[in-house]
Amino acid sequence: MKILVCISNVPDTTSKISFTDNNTKLNTSGIQFIIGPYDEYALSRAIELKEAAGGTVTVLNVGEADTEPTIRKALAIGADDAIRVNAFPKDAFYVASQIAAIAKSENYDLILMGRESIDYNSGLVHGLVGELLGIPSVSPVMKLDVEGGKAVMSREIEGGKEIVEASLPLVAGCQEPIAEWKIPNMRGIMSARTKPLKVVEPASVTDNIKLLNYELPAPKGACKMIDASTPEKLFDLLKNEAKVL
Amino acid sequence: MNFDLNENQQMIARMVQDFGQRSIKPHVMEWDEKQEFPVPLFKKLGELGLMGVLVPETYGGAGFSYFEYITAIKEISKIDGAIGLSVAAHNSLCTGHILSFGNEDQKKKYLPKLASAEFIGAWGLTEPNTGSDAGNMRTVAVQDGDYWIINGSKNFITHGKSGDIAVVITRTGNPGEHRCSTAFIIEKGTPGFSAGKKENKLGMRASETTELIFDNVRVHKDQMLGSKGDGFVQAMKVLDGGRISIAALSLGIAEGAFDAALKYSQERQQFNKPIASFQGISFKLAEMATELEAATLLTLKAADMKIKGMHMTKEAAMAKYYASEVAVKVANEAVQIFGGYGYTKDFPVEKFYRDAKLCTIGEGTSEIQKIVISKNLIN
Ligand SMILES: Cc1cc2nc3c(=O)[nH]c(=O)nc-3n(C[C@H](O)[C@H](O)[C@H](O)COP(=O)(O)OP(=O)(O)OC[C@H]3O[C@@H](n4cnc5c(N)ncnc54)[C@H](O)[C@@H]3O)c2cc1C
Ligand SMILES: Cc1cc2nc3c(=O)[nH]c(=O)nc-3n(C[C@H](O)[C@H](O)[C@H](O)COP(=O)(O)OP(=O)(O)OC[C@H]3O[C@@H](n4cnc5c(N)ncnc54)[C@H](O)[C@@H]3O)c2cc1C
Repeated sequence: MKILVCISNVPDTTSKISFTDNNTKLNTSGIQFIIGPYDEYALSRAIELKEAAGGTVTVLNVGEADTEPTIRKALAIGADDAIRVNAFPKDAFYVASQIAAIAKSENYDLILMGRESIDYNSGLVHGLVGELLGIPSVSPVMKLDVEGGKAVMSREIEGGKEIVEASLPLVAGCQEPIAEWKIPNMRGIMSARTKPLKVVEPASVTDNIKLLNYELPAPKGACKMIDASTPEKLFDLLKNEAKVL
Repeated sequence: MNFDLNENQQMIARMVQDFGQRSIKPHVMEWDEKQEFPVPLFKKLGELGLMGVLVPETYGGAGFSYFEYITAIKEISKIDGAIGLSVAAHNSLCTGHILSFGNEDQKKKYLPKLASAEFIGAWGLTEPNTGSDAGNMRTVAVQDGDYWIINGSKNFITHGKSGDIAVVITRTGNPGEHRCSTAFIIEKGTPGFSAGKKENKLGMRASETTELIFDNVRVHKDQMLGSKGDGFVQAMKVLDGGRISIAALSLGIAEGAFDAALKYSQERQQFNKPIASFQGISFKLAEMATELEAATLLTLKAADMKIKGMHMTKEAAMAKYYASEVAVKVANEAVQIFGGYGYTKDFPVEKFYRDAKLCTIGEGTSEIQKIVISKNLIN
């Protein structure tokens, strides 16, 4: 089976976010970038499928050269090779178009992604890629098994779960507990340097979106503690101070 | 020299942090209190490649250099110094001895098993009556045809009981004679070879420390490392590398204690202010951070020289001596910064404080490091 895993390069969840250039750019100084956590589950599942049934796992990232440490970490975890589309990932449509351009000529059986990136969290790329390629896309997938050219997936829905079957090839946006979370081992880290990492130039895609500027959410106010014996105080604060009652 | 962590080191640090958060941290106090040596954990560390960091890939290891090795030991020790000590002893001492002085057959036979942690390794030099004065050891090996018969005992041996093999330095000549000691690899289960008393320790309690007893142990001559008479010289070279790993262990403990103290000092309020705003506390933090930085640089320098194949006995001794003393001081100050809470087992600094003290003792005390350093100065 030929599997493509799309990984995003995102700030560590503990990062302190700030902006530069008149609030039009993320200030990346001091920020540690990681593989999107959902993407890491997708990668782990891809490796499990490969280990069980053979095949190859290719990781793909749309990003500039500074994403290569993140790509190499994916190789250390166990992907066989990697492709970096050498472009700034402007928005979800741009990223999806680049992924589709690569996938068109490569005939992957499965294209696995995270349910959403954890920077822009739009959860769009998998759906867009499915549409651009004319193949099914399913998200968020919590269980995925492949048998006889079909994938059986379990999807989280409001108040329950849905079992979906679809023929390959397909795109899946993954989340835990789809796979045992994998961490690289020393041998993987060592071999990551010698695995192929191909850099390709981007396909041309029209710009649909223009970024004006970023804003931080208003800081959280101080927390007021109310003694359990004085519930009327809570009522008063909600009514007169927060004005939500 | 570039002081930044290289990409491999960053990945290794992250890997150890990720693994440690899930599989070490939740058990640290339990292993410590029960003085339990968690064998299954070491098997997992073996799967991750942390039990054969310096072993080349051809022998089943990870094939990294001392830089990556320091990162691995330091990051483990930030979470649990006792686990750091055991990983260091396994990698540097037992495995390191076979890697440096084993013949091809011995390397092929033992290194893959040690690197995967199928075998946990022990290394025995110290004896009840000869610690710092290891050259005067009394455990003897006497030749009998193709075999050597070993009698005596070793003490304070890390993994003496749970170890699957031990590299043991024995006396094969008269005491005081030049080249009077020889190293052998002894497998667990060899008749007459057993573990004695397990020490009940102040710190490093999850790292097993026991006596090794040799009662007419017959060991085939193929188990000899190098030639007859090489033992002590080999042991001293093994310790040169081992000292870098104890320096890394010290750095991990010191950083763990420092990070906890830095955070706490900004959260704990007294007199309506964070205690970090008092100069008495902030100056402590400044000293701790500076000494930690200096210890780190000494350790990196020794590692750099080791990687380049330079003679680094003095630098390794300096790194070990300084980093271990810094670990003790930083852990002590960290407890002070935590006040009464630091004296309880609810906060991590109490354990760093107990674990740190081993660093100025094991693999040569601070006094012995000063002897080594001064011998290399005055000639
Ligand atoms: C510094 C910086 C600034 C950015 N600025 C913008 C911006 O202004 N606007 C914007 O929309 N995006 C921006 N991005 C890109 C952003 O990181 C995403 O790559 C892209 O927008 C898709 O995010 P999403 O939330 O739409 O993805 P989702 O649709 O939530 O992602 C779903 C899945 O798609 C895959 N995926 C997402 N991104 C990539 C990728 N780049 N390469 C390969 N697979 C991927 C992953 O598997 C992910 O889990 C920026 C990125 C960086 C690093
Ligand atoms: C937890 C732990 C794990 C260990 N693991 C191992 C192991 O795996 N393998 C192994 O072989 N050993 C191991 N050891 C032993 C360790 O290396 C010795 O304890 C150490 O070398 C000191 O020897 P000693 O305890 O006999 O102290 P002594 O040599 O009796 O020293 C007592 C004191 O005298 C000082 N002193 C001695 N000689 C001099 C001198 N000439 N000048 C000035 N001061 C001097 C020392 O510095 C020390 O302060 C371990 C020890 C511990 C505690």
